[in-house]
Amino acid sequence: MEFSLILEKSILVLILTAITLGIATYLTYGERKVAAFLQDRLGPNRAGIFGIFQPLADAGKMFFKEELIPKNAEKWLFILGPGIAMVTACITSAVIPWGGDLILGGRTISLQVADVDIGILYIMGIVSVGVYGIMIGGWASNNKYSLYGAIRASSQMISYELAMGLALIAVIMMSGDLSLRHIVDEQSGWHGMKWNIFFQPLGFIIFFTCALAETNRAPFDLPECETELIGGYHTEYSSMKLGFYLFAEYINMFISSAVMACIYLGGYNFPGMDAAWFSTHPNWLSMIEVGVMFAKVSFFIFCFMWIRWTLPRFRYDQLMHLGWKGLIPLAIANMVITGGWMLLFGK
Amino acid sequence: MNPNYIFTLLAFITILCALYVVISKNPIHSVIALILTFFSISAHYVLLNTQFLAIVNLIVYAGAIMVLFLFVLMFLNLNKETEPVKSTSWLTAAAIASGCLLVVLVATLREGSELVMKSPNGHAGLVKTLGKLLFSKYLVPFELSGILFLAAMVGAVFLGKKKGDDDQDELIIQDNAGGNNG
Repeated sequence: MEFSLILEKSILVLILTAITLGIATYLTYGERKVAAFLQDRLGPNRAGIFGIFQPLADAGKMFFKEELIPKNAEKWLFILGPGIAMVTACITSAVIPWGGDLILGGRTISLQVADVDIGILYIMGIVSVGVYGIMIGGWASNNKYSLYGAIRASSQMISYELAMGLALIAVIMMSGDLSLRHIVDEQSGWHGMKWNIFFQPLGFIIFFTCALAETNRAPFDLPECETELIGGYHTEYSSMKLGFYLFAEYINMFISSAVMACIYLGGYNFPGMDAAWFSTHPNWLSMIEVGVMFAKVSFFIFCFMWIRWTLPRFRYDQLMHLGWKGLIPLAIANMVITGGWMLLFGK
Repeated sequence: MNPNYIFTLLAFITILCALYVVISKNPIHSVIALILTFFSISAHYVLLNTQFLAIVNLIVYAGAIMVLFLFVLMFLNLNKETEPVKSTSWLTAAAIASGCLLVVLVATLREGSELVMKSPNGHAGLVKTLGKLLFSKYLVPFELSGILFLAAMVGAVFLGKKKGDDDQDELIIQDNAGGNNG
């Protein structure tokens, strides 16, 4: 029994990692296509039909480029930096529920690697640790621009983590549980449309803004601001180490989209999921749920790209003002209002 | 796998990392080793099934406080040359003092650790159990520590704010206004 559980989870982890990496690869292609669409261009169209082999070509180029480690860099920490960024990006997906249960040969298989008691806190923990990849890499490069990038990244992460956590508290108060599976199942009422976004619109906006900042996406990409810092924390990086940093950003984007879909957009719930036909075909229901989940994730990813190619970058003081004087008071107000509402009117 | 083996391995890693914090000459390496120590301590908490404590340890210590440590150290640019050299008498005094502390700690915890291992059920460290306990049996200490945190926060803001900061801001604004008029 125990062995089959380990086998089942291992296969799920393997599939999830493969999907995450595959999606991250094609997000680079998606980003260019969306950018081209928004700027009225064609985008990559040389490698394969519609340029769909472009990511493979890019990865090939990354691997074969010459690898340089600066003479005065801290060699081991320089190598460790992109490694941490990549690992922390990959392990976050463990607590995200991707769909309901599958029933195969009398066994119920949960489409979630670990339904731990602390689900959402685990994600917050890994996100807060993720900044070390940028910090250590930026410092080890022994370059003042890299160091500036690293310092900006750490202060930005700490500032926006606070507002993110405060926005999250309101949702946790409503669901009464930290497990992501529980939070998603709570939103299955009203024929699968009782999503948290209808109760927490302000919280959703705060969380979304913070997610943009935590993934270092424009307009919050101050750590790698080309106009001021050359390439920011990855100025000295080349070859696949640079690739890892860029790749980690796309994985983070994918995972944070999945988290937002789970917390605010009902996760794998969809309107009409309580139809009678589904109760006799649970596997079909699960498969459609996975599809719905990925559709929501894709929508968020498109929003991320849309924002990147629409808004200009913030100035550094504007970033700090928005975080500390804008989002945190708003998030606290949101928390107090949610608490008061629950006290007066019940859930 | 026998949990005892995992514990032994984890304890070994923890002590190794903690030793490196002290031995390392480079302060940045020390901080990174300290982060690893916090990670392995969190793993010990997971072994005791106190998931909440494990993740809070990660978020607060490894994720926030250590980031600030690293942040400050990167600004200071400390290295071997700038490290102050302590005299032998200082080192002896420090060794004796920490040795005494070690003896006291070992003496107290030698029997205390048995208690933790024999806790009645495995749910003691879960969020629900902990939350209910904090808001019923230990409500007063919990609220008091909250007030303490608030006081510390106000104090930190007060210390961080230099005297006459507001006046300076006003001065700069006036200067700018003057410049524009001129």
